[in-house]
Amino acid sequence: MKTILNKKDIIFAAGIMLAALLMLICMNFGKQKAGTFIRITVDGKEYGVYSLDKDKVIDIDGELGHNQVVIQDGEAYMNEADCPDHYCMEYKAISQKNETIICLPHKMVVEVIADNSEGKESQVDIIAQ
Amino acid sequence: MAKKIAYSSILVALALILSYIEALIPINFGIPGVKLGLANLVIVIGLYFLNTSQVFIILITRILLVSFLFGNMSAMLYSLAGGIVSFTVMFLIKKIKGFSIVGVSIAGGVAHNIGQLIVASLVVENMKLIYYLPVLMIAGTLTGMLIGIIAQQVRQHIHL
Repeated sequence: MKTILNKKDIIFAAGIMLAALLMLICMNFGKQKAGTFIRITVDGKEYGVYSLDKDKVIDIDGELGHNQVVIQDGEAYMNEADCPDHYCMEYKAISQKNETIICLPHKMVVEVIADNSEGKESQVDIIAQ
Repeated sequence: MAKKIAYSSILVALALILSYIEALIPINFGIPGVKLGLANLVIVIGLYFLNTSQVFIILITRILLVSFLFGNMSAMLYSLAGGIVSFTVMFLIKKIKGFSIVGVSIAGGVAHNIGQLIVASLVVENMKLIYYLPVLMIAGTLTGMLIGIIAQQVRQHIHL
């Protein structure tokens, strides 16, 4: 009935955990600042860049399906999606740099970026304002 | 041959049930899609008393059946990627002396998550997904350890 963990098992598991923790520390090092924009990409192509400062409802209708991203109080979340698993709607609202929401079936990524130098705010968006 | 087919069928059925039970348990590890991997229990134990090709066939059959029965087809690609990477790594780690079934299972859990992350990154063509790597490694270690401990207990009680 006893659990036997060999020395190698323990070293192996501890090694992975340590490597993961180191990565977490490194990744969080440059993450303190809150992001100010979100960039939405569908199938690797940029769909649009939106400021987190302004509340907004963004409908994304791609070839693969429909998603709705909502920006509210400086955070973005997936409000609606017609994908089969709805995992994307389970993500917590994002606002920190490099945080992402992913909808795999629709090949869609919402990512927080620090400034819009990484991509221009979409023209459509500016006109809509 | 008949015995081999019978064993394989029973294990595929068992893996199917475990996948179904897993779908019923709403465990949230913080990242949507991260799960316990109960069905991997069958594969881990199988690696210790069946030949490798037989276990591989059980794995592929299970993934195809689960995808057709309860899953969606878009998830099948990720299941296959995770399953095959995990299987290969477990097979290799098992060959190294000094690892118990728990260590093999941990390696499988971590490899499964890394495999899925790589496929997901390629599909959405966004390398930012790498930010999930550490959390997925930790999740894989914990779930792999749990499955490994259960596998070890099962092996001690069932003599095949």
